[in-house]
Amino acid sequence: MKTWRVLGAFGVASLLVVAAACSGSNASSGASASGDKSAAGSNTTAGGSAGADSSTINLVGFAVPEAANKAIAKAWAKTADGKDVEFVTSYGPSGDQSRAVASGLKADYVHFSVPTDVTRLVDAGLVSKDWDQGKDKGVVSTSVVVFGVPKGNPNHVKDWDDLIKTGAQVVTPNPASSGAARWNALAAWGQVIANGGTEADAQEYVTKLYGNVVSLPNSGRDATTAFTSGTGNVFLTYENEAILARQNGEDFDYVIPPTTLKIENPGAVLNGATPRAAEWLKFVLSEEGQTQFALKGFRPIDGAKVDVDEVEGANDPSKPFPEVKKLITVSDTFGSWSDLTKKYFAENTGVITQIIAKSGKAQ
Amino acid sequence: MTTLDPTVVTTLDPTPVSAVGSAPPAEPHRLGRLGATDGLGPSSPTSPSSPSSPTSPTSPTSRHRQARRSRRGSSAEGRLTRASAIGLGVTLTWFSVLVLIPLAAVIGVAAAGGWANFWATITNEQTFAAIRLTLGAAAIVTVLNVVTGTAIAWVLVRDKFWGKSFLDVLIDIPFALPTIVAGLVLLSLYGPNGPLGVNIANTRIAVGLAFLFVTLPFVVRTVQPVLQELDRDVEEAAASLGASRATTFRRIVLPAITPAIAAGAALSFARGVSEYGSLVLLSGNLPYSTEVTSVRILSSLENDNRAGAAAVATVLLVVSLVVIVAIDVLQRRLVRRG
Repeated sequence: MKTWRVLGAFGVASLLVVAAACSGSNASSGASASGDKSAAGSNTTAGGSAGADSSTINLVGFAVPEAANKAIAKAWAKTADGKDVEFVTSYGPSGDQSRAVASGLKADYVHFSVPTDVTRLVDAGLVSKDWDQGKDKGVVSTSVVVFGVPKGNPNHVKDWDDLIKTGAQVVTPNPASSGAARWNALAAWGQVIANGGTEADAQEYVTKLYGNVVSLPNSGRDATTAFTSGTGNVFLTYENEAILARQNGEDFDYVIPPTTLKIENPGAVLNGATPRAAEWLKFVLSEEGQTQFALKGFRPIDGAKVDVDEVEGANDPSKPFPEVKKLITVSDTFGSWSDLTKKYFAENTGVITQIIAKSGKAQ
Repeated sequence: MTTLDPTVVTTLDPTPVSAVGSAPPAEPHRLGRLGATDGLGPSSPTSPSSPSSPTSPTSPTSRHRQARRSRRGSSAEGRLTRASAIGLGVTLTWFSVLVLIPLAAVIGVAAAGGWANFWATITNEQTFAAIRLTLGAAAIVTVLNVVTGTAIAWVLVRDKFWGKSFLDVLIDIPFALPTIVAGLVLLSLYGPNGPLGVNIANTRIAVGLAFLFVTLPFVVRTVQPVLQELDRDVEEAAASLGASRATTFRRIVLPAITPAIAAGAALSFARGVSEYGSLVLLSGNLPYSTEVTSVRILSSLENDNRAGAAAVATVLLVVSLVVIVAIDVLQRRLVRRG
């Protein structure tokens, strides 16, 4: 009696899950697979030797580059440096992962969406102050802010002005609760400034933009799922997220606006980490590492040469990363992250925080 | 919630007895039947609050007498037997580790932020709107659950129809389904691309719907075992004495199941207040409109304002506690009036 009950419950549950998966949506949400142990390569060190401990890298990262990191680890295992290294990985929302490390989650190498998540670890004394002073300024992967649109772009969305027209229904992750979503809000603000607008113009534009927002999911992945399930008719996302979703079979197009913001995801090695972690970071920044990132939709970092014939899921797979007409960066347009966080996103007083609150009140 | 259970047990037992005036004798066949359906008990999360399923083969009256005796005994001597001392110790330790210490920590973190920060956080207009939405939706959903949950339990116990056991299993699905998947299912059914042609995504109705989905089992699963145990003879006796069906329900059935309904309502309310996962894709998190309290807590955390997050959590805790106590008090009143 009891057995068949339980079996029945599982049966029905799995039916529903299958039904949900079939409805064309990506069931896996932002937070996933925490603490899964994945070995790079098949050969691991014999247990008991002193080297066993130092050849394990604890990798903590935000959810999006999981697939790329796995591919890089595989390529690294084939080299002399990366041989015999084992990875213990944890992936989830960038802010949550950063807070977890700050409160004691073991990490040798971290890869986050926004620099403030690394700064939190600097403040906690876990990452050295000069982590972003190197040649690559602490950036390990880059992308740009793009618009996701329904297949064939029926509403002819081309530029930022199309997002504030009547009838545009915008989905964008919530910059109040998700640090990664702040790239999108900054892009909307920055493109006004970059094209000669004043702060007041930018404020007006962003106010109109959030007036058209129909959903504020908590992460880029949730925004993709909400959009592909039919919410809104344009969504603000990251180029790599759009490419990865299309690689996974989602059916939508994306548009790179003439002016957009460069997304720079930071990576850092923690104080007291195994020396292998620094070697890993070096490999991630190398041509081979960046090639794996490119295959998953990330743009190569400045100066990195990559050898990629085709990127599946890109608008034009053979020319996956077309040059943006006017590419703005956070450091040029906004200065430092700590200043801009206070100015735009502070809990009650941030300019964009207040715009979003007002947009809700107006309706 | 757990504090509610003992009171439910003590208030429930005498009720059917006093309402009818004669104690139903311990019937061996009835207990046997309960044993057979016992598969429901341990697997169902509401089992601790399904008060009247007897675990020991004693009649309700003798159990009641025992309870009274032991209560009198302990208050007179002020000392516990070794067995009950161990029991109490284990209970308190377990409860402290899992509930009391974490809750104290939440309040501690909120207090550490200082009164000014606490007050500023909870009087923030947007946070206040979110709290009002969350509590309001949970309250409406709880009232709906009391009605529909009782009706479903009634149908499942009293009616015989094809597919009943299947339906019985289905009730627990909201427990088994990860809430994010629940949200996805609701979005694909009642969202913009839904086959039914209704679109409630990103509206307040979506919040209520998600709450309804995840809280459906509570009242059903608390009322069901009590109804199952309720003696049909008593209802028949009432009918033979000229009571209408409505009167029989009001005077005989309702007093017996009221404590169970109240326990289910309290669970349902508490679960609704804490719901978040199924709303991630469904509600749109629009400030002043569909943004629930959990999203505000997340926003505070994202800004490294732990004290603010804890302050909002504390408000929810206090309100939930007040509501649960109020439900319990109301339930006792109703039962006494019977």
